[in-house]
Amino acid sequence: MLDDFMVRATLAAIGTAISAGGLGCFVVWRRMAYFGDATAHAAILGVALALLFGTSIFLGVGFIAFLMAVLIFSLSGKGQSVDTLLGVLAHGALALGLVAVTMIPNQRINLDAYLFGDVLTVTRGDLGIIWIGALIVALVLWRHWTALLTSTVSPDLAYAAGMNPRREQLVLTLLLAAVVAVAIKVVGALLITAMLIIPAAAARNFAKTPEQMALLASAIAALAALGGVRLSVVLDTPVGPTINCVATAIFAVGAVSGLVRRPA
Amino acid sequence: MTAILSATGITAKHGRNTVLRNVDLSLNAGEIVTIVGPNGSGKSTLLRVLIGALKPVKGKVTHKDGLRIGYVPQKLHIDPTMPMTVRRFLDLPTPVTDDEAVHALCTCGAQGVHSQQMASLSGGQFQRVLLARAILGRPDVLMLDEATQGLDQPGSARFYQQIDAVRRDLNCAVLMVSHELHVVMSASDRVICLNGHVCCEGTPDVVSAAPAYRELFGTGTGGALALYRHEHDHHHHHEAAE
Repeated sequence: MLDDFMVRATLAAIGTAISAGGLGCFVVWRRMAYFGDATAHAAILGVALALLFGTSIFLGVGFIAFLMAVLIFSLSGKGQSVDTLLGVLAHGALALGLVAVTMIPNQRINLDAYLFGDVLTVTRGDLGIIWIGALIVALVLWRHWTALLTSTVSPDLAYAAGMNPRREQLVLTLLLAAVVAVAIKVVGALLITAMLIIPAAAARNFAKTPEQMALLASAIAALAALGGVRLSVVLDTPVGPTINCVATAIFAVGAVSGLVRRPA
Repeated sequence: MTAILSATGITAKHGRNTVLRNVDLSLNAGEIVTIVGPNGSGKSTLLRVLIGALKPVKGKVTHKDGLRIGYVPQKLHIDPTMPMTVRRFLDLPTPVTDDEAVHALCTCGAQGVHSQQMASLSGGQFQRVLLARAILGRPDVLMLDEATQGLDQPGSARFYQQIDAVRRDLNCAVLMVSHELHVVMSASDRVICLNGHVCCEGTPDVVSAAPAYRELFGTGTGGALALYRHEHDHHHHHEAAE
């Protein structure tokens, strides 16, 4: 079954989608979109590094995303607004990565594959890494759920309950780096944040509790992945953007039906 | 009586500004202590130091082993992108049974809001739900940070009555921060007047008579003091009878 590249592509997309959907809720609740961008854009730098040293793309991307995540985490502890700094890091990392990739000798790489994803070339090995990564993200999210949620609602409530919101923030940051590494082959560096935000935003229209929203976001992301991979083959379009188009369409349907159900 | 919570020599900063200087405070089991002080006097900062949310630059906070804190923040902003029913909110951080949830809401005067979204509550209901959440952990100490902010006068009077009822129910200590001097003072065992440092401290009658307190709050509190004096006489007879 895994011999069929379409099956592999679909499974890879669904694995990524499920982990991105749940984590994406926290990105939305905590307004970390820029944070996600910075980590994701740094992935291109990771690609360059991986090609340079001849290691796995996942390793290179994971390493750089991890460094970026820790850097941003330590900056965010300084108290002042880091919005502009995040912008500099996000786009600086992207620009540096793009330059670095083209400077690698004896390599003629298809940059599009890393910017927009190239899920149709996913190997069995890739698939294994993607699913292991996705399961780890899901497991950590599950174990830290209450502490993460309490810290998100109010760090002070978390402190009063004897939790450490700062540690939870670090956990979230590292999970984000993991999702970036998992998602690079599927949706590409430019649209990883979209994969985090759009399904969560779509789920918001239907959910009554945070848990419902997270599960629904994962389901919507999986649906978008399934539909996106199919559609991209039919229309001969790049997979990553197509997945996000489907997710956006689901969001639009949800938003409109939400307006119909609850006239303002 | 032994202190369940104590802080010694607390110096704390807000950015670069030193907001607290060498503050000592201790709280005994079952005691009601009110911290009063003008805006920017470091009241909220002190509370945040006590719950461990802010590390003091100097000084030490000690909690009794396994101290359970029920914290009611000044305000709580739940991002509108997060769906949250009252029932689910009461499960943070520890899941409770439906019976416990209903009971806590009743105790705090917020019955019937159970399945509503937090975002749809009125200001008063929201504060009551925060109080309900805080008491669900059966706290040893209830900490309230200007909990009646945004409530009108009858509303805040009712809220204080509720707190009194809750305290009798749980037999916990209460540490509250407030600017509503007259309401607060009559209910407190002890008042701490704070303005970056502890200006004066003691039973309500001692504090309201203290020059430092009068200086801080000026003549504008004349009415409140008069109201308070009345209470003072009452207490006096009571003590004499003992």
